[in-house]
Amino acid sequence: MNTSADHIYHTDTIIALATPAGSGAIGVIRLSGPQAVPVTNTIFRGKDLSKQKSHTIHFGTIRDGEIVIDEVLVSLFIAPSSYTKEDVVEISCHNSTFIIERILKLAMKHGARPAKPGEFTLRAFLNGGLDLSQAEAVADLIASNSQASHQMAMQQMRGGFSNELKNLREQLIHFASMIELELDFAEEDVEFANRDDLKALIYKINHVLQRLISSFEQGNVMKNGVPVVIAGKPNVGKSTLLNALLNEERAIVSEIAGTTRDTIEDEINIHGITFRFIDTAGIRTTADIVEAQGVERTYAKMKAAKLIIYLVDPEQARAEVEEQLEELEKLDIPFVTVVNKSDILSPQKQLEFAHFNPNFLSAKNKEGIDELKEEILRKVNLARINTDDVLVSNIRHLESLQKTSEALARVLENVDGSVTSDFLSMDIKQALYYLGEITGEVTTDDLLENIFSKFCIGK
Amino acid sequence: MFKEYDVVVVGAGHAGCEAAAAAANLGSSVLLITMNMGTIAQMSCNPAMGGVAKGQIVREVDALGGYSGIVSDKTTIQFRMLNRSKGPAMWSPRSQNDRMRFAEEWRLMLERTPNVDIWQDTVSSLVVKGNAVCGVRTSLGIEIAAKAVVLTNGTFLNGIIHIGEKRFGGGRTGEKSATGLTEQLVELGFEAGRMKTGTPPRVDGRSLDYSKMEEQWGDEDRGRFSYTDVELPKEQRCCWITYTNTAVHETLKEGFEKSPMFTGRIKGLGPRYCPSIEDKINRFAERDRHQIFVEPEGWNTVEIYVNGFSTSLPEDIQYKALTQIPGFETAKMFRPGYAIEYDFFPPTQLSLTLETKRINNLYFAGQINGTTGYEEAACQGFIAGINAHLKIADKHELILKRSESYIGVLIDDLVTKGTEEPYRMFTSRAEHRLLLRQDNADIRLSPIGHKIGLISDERLEKVKQKVKNADDIVSHLRSHSISPESVNTLLEAQGTSPINQNAKLFQLVTRPQIGFSELRTVDKKLDDLLNNYDKETVEQAEIKVKYESYFEKELEIVGKMKKMEDHEINPEFNYGTLVSLSKEAREKLMRIKPRTLGQASRISGVSPSDISVLMVHMAR
Repeated sequence: MNTSADHIYHTDTIIALATPAGSGAIGVIRLSGPQAVPVTNTIFRGKDLSKQKSHTIHFGTIRDGEIVIDEVLVSLFIAPSSYTKEDVVEISCHNSTFIIERILKLAMKHGARPAKPGEFTLRAFLNGGLDLSQAEAVADLIASNSQASHQMAMQQMRGGFSNELKNLREQLIHFASMIELELDFAEEDVEFANRDDLKALIYKINHVLQRLISSFEQGNVMKNGVPVVIAGKPNVGKSTLLNALLNEERAIVSEIAGTTRDTIEDEINIHGITFRFIDTAGIRTTADIVEAQGVERTYAKMKAAKLIIYLVDPEQARAEVEEQLEELEKLDIPFVTVVNKSDILSPQKQLEFAHFNPNFLSAKNKEGIDELKEEILRKVNLARINTDDVLVSNIRHLESLQKTSEALARVLENVDGSVTSDFLSMDIKQALYYLGEITGEVTTDDLLENIFSKFCIGK
Repeated sequence: MFKEYDVVVVGAGHAGCEAAAAAANLGSSVLLITMNMGTIAQMSCNPAMGGVAKGQIVREVDALGGYSGIVSDKTTIQFRMLNRSKGPAMWSPRSQNDRMRFAEEWRLMLERTPNVDIWQDTVSSLVVKGNAVCGVRTSLGIEIAAKAVVLTNGTFLNGIIHIGEKRFGGGRTGEKSATGLTEQLVELGFEAGRMKTGTPPRVDGRSLDYSKMEEQWGDEDRGRFSYTDVELPKEQRCCWITYTNTAVHETLKEGFEKSPMFTGRIKGLGPRYCPSIEDKINRFAERDRHQIFVEPEGWNTVEIYVNGFSTSLPEDIQYKALTQIPGFETAKMFRPGYAIEYDFFPPTQLSLTLETKRINNLYFAGQINGTTGYEEAACQGFIAGINAHLKIADKHELILKRSESYIGVLIDDLVTKGTEEPYRMFTSRAEHRLLLRQDNADIRLSPIGHKIGLISDERLEKVKQKVKNADDIVSHLRSHSISPESVNTLLEAQGTSPINQNAKLFQLVTRPQIGFSELRTVDKKLDDLLNNYDKETVEQAEIKVKYESYFEKELEIVGKMKKMEDHEINPEFNYGTLVSLSKEAREKLMRIKPRTLGQASRISGVSPSDISVLMVHMAR
């Protein structure tokens, strides 16, 4: 039996933001573990990282499929020449919460898991990367780290969140106990878990979980503004519209199609909600390389948006607009169709476009802007973005909630069917376990305690 | 008069008998001391073995080379595999046994075991030199030298029996209690506590009207506990089910003011999952009836065990209430139910080998460790007997893992967490329940039994053959297909969708509605193949096919936890200097002295951050 400490943790690959969140121009995401290089390689477009030497830096992009998330520098530290003595990859990206979160999520999707507080240091120590004389200091650091992080976690669970999770946990424990009761006391005269009640309970729990999970995204939105993309053909007047919304000259406006070569973002406050308007290069195919990159970015931005404003030029053919709208439908993101230049719009064209039920406006004359603002507020469904709803802001909590939800989904899938309660129990316990990562551990003692206090057991 | 024995076992109940047999079979010279040779392996409470989680334990003991499974099989009057409608991890063998035959069979087994001597006497104290035990003293004043001692005193230490307001010393109905040992152990520094358990009245079966009760028969195609070729009784006996009612409850309530439970005369804590009938109607007042199992005590006796009616109310109240139960109107009582209080020693004072931490070569097993149940006792005695032998033979100890056996779960729970009430095994106590099944106890444990020397080469070979045969069946299913014409009628009849093209047998068996027994009716080749193998091999193969993906998932979790479980902590490790540990964690760690990080993490009050601190310091 190998009992030395250096084999405790090294089968999995951990990931965390290594720089303080939200400050500085550059954020560094660090991965450590055997999958650090392969995971990065999967999401990195540039040189093949597996063929690169230790202590080298590589330029490239992080991509989710074909969508570019950011241009980054990747530094490689191959075991044992790294802080943790494992393979370490550091991804330097632009320090935007949005970008960092997406890169973290992407890496996790490909096999990394979020690091626990102090875990890089712990690995460094356990793998012999730190001087043993420093052990005590490290231990203190780790202990205080996890205590502090626990306090932080508890602080995050303010108000409804903590009550809601506590309630959830109790309901789940009851649920699990009912199943255990069926299993361990099947021979006795006890009531069995009513499957319909159980399903109703899971629906209820899942509803709360989904709300907590979506509140994570909303929390992001609250922090960073609701992303709204203005899309449309080149020279349709996107920059002018943005300026009209901003009420100031910000974007470059000219008569030459394709002036806006990159996405330009600006924030505007409508009725107390911050919107982040993103003016994009137009949607069109182009041979110009710079322009082509712009188009690609436009699609990436559109996918991340909560709302797309599709701006139509009165000169556009109806068929072309129809085609573009079909493309937009596919993105499954709310959108508003806006016909610009209403000042020069012929009544016949107006009639033709009415088919699309658009907002007519003149960006240049600032006509119809207020109506558009109202429409924007309606479309992003503000009921769903409420400050009180921002409950989960910690990505590890998000992960636990998602895992809980997945386990419950399996229960739901199986509860009617073929699977006997011992297998249901496995998934319920897993759900409890993940919920326990947020609220505290659940032990089988809890289940038995619940059984003994509620049910008449024993021959 | 006595030579120096390698191992002296005190008490000949389920724990003591297994301890004596195991140590002797490993080559130790063993003296088994019992107060009464007429009550060796007495079933003090219900005449049954196994049940949910407990049946798995009996199979585990058998797979490792213990005797409980063999004795149970030989003396079964009814066998049922409980929980058949659940997944295979829940299938639990349970037998009703002939109480007298069971005791007789155990005694015969021990008498046939070389190296076991038996002596009828009461051990009144231990002989301790320094911090090691070196023998026992008996009430006859005899001193017997021993290299190791296993205490399995059951409910006998300062046992007090309660029936209503009457109370008297006793270790079991009609038997004396034992005094002196607890006092000596406390003087040596052990902590002792009191626990309580109870048993129902026994009645004359000739006085019951079974026509008013529901019959409960055993399985037609019955299973077994032992993996050996024990010959099973050909017949089975019927049991019955009846119910209490509000009239019974009202009568019982008349006795509450004389109940030793409610008046506070009983101080010890009883098991909540095995409550007395008065406890049930008191705590669950809303229920107007409780189930009563009417169980024969054997082939050749009319005595009936009234399962579900455990009580310590006055005997006249017991009688009056009994006669209000349907079928019991003219019942004659043989013996009243009673409660018994006894001494136990919180098991956190033991190491995972069941050796006490305070006194070397002294082992505790069974009810004195705060457990309840024959199966729980038997497996502890078995492990204590093995470890007593291994220790004096200077061999490596035997500690079973939580991920490989219920026995491992049980001992780890006891030693790591202790217990407030009598500890009974439940499947929910085992985090890897799916792997700890009754069908694979031999595969899990016989190699270990073989390694320590309790399982013969021949038996191990049999296990290997079973694994190979099951694998052969699985590969047949993977490589053979069946046509829609041959199987669709069956599929539709079973309520599952028909196939459009030839399908692998394996695929069909993974459907919940389709098992081997269905498929072999339409596939001659499969039927022929399965006819080559015994029932358990076929069952093993079917379970493999149907549940493999779940088992793999579970094994993955085991793999993740293995690092912690295998990470040993130096027994000399000094927790006192670790200021970063919480005070509670430090105190508990110093007291429990966990063997591994995994065990440490299960101690209540030891948090994950305490474990991180430990990991860092241990690398020093």
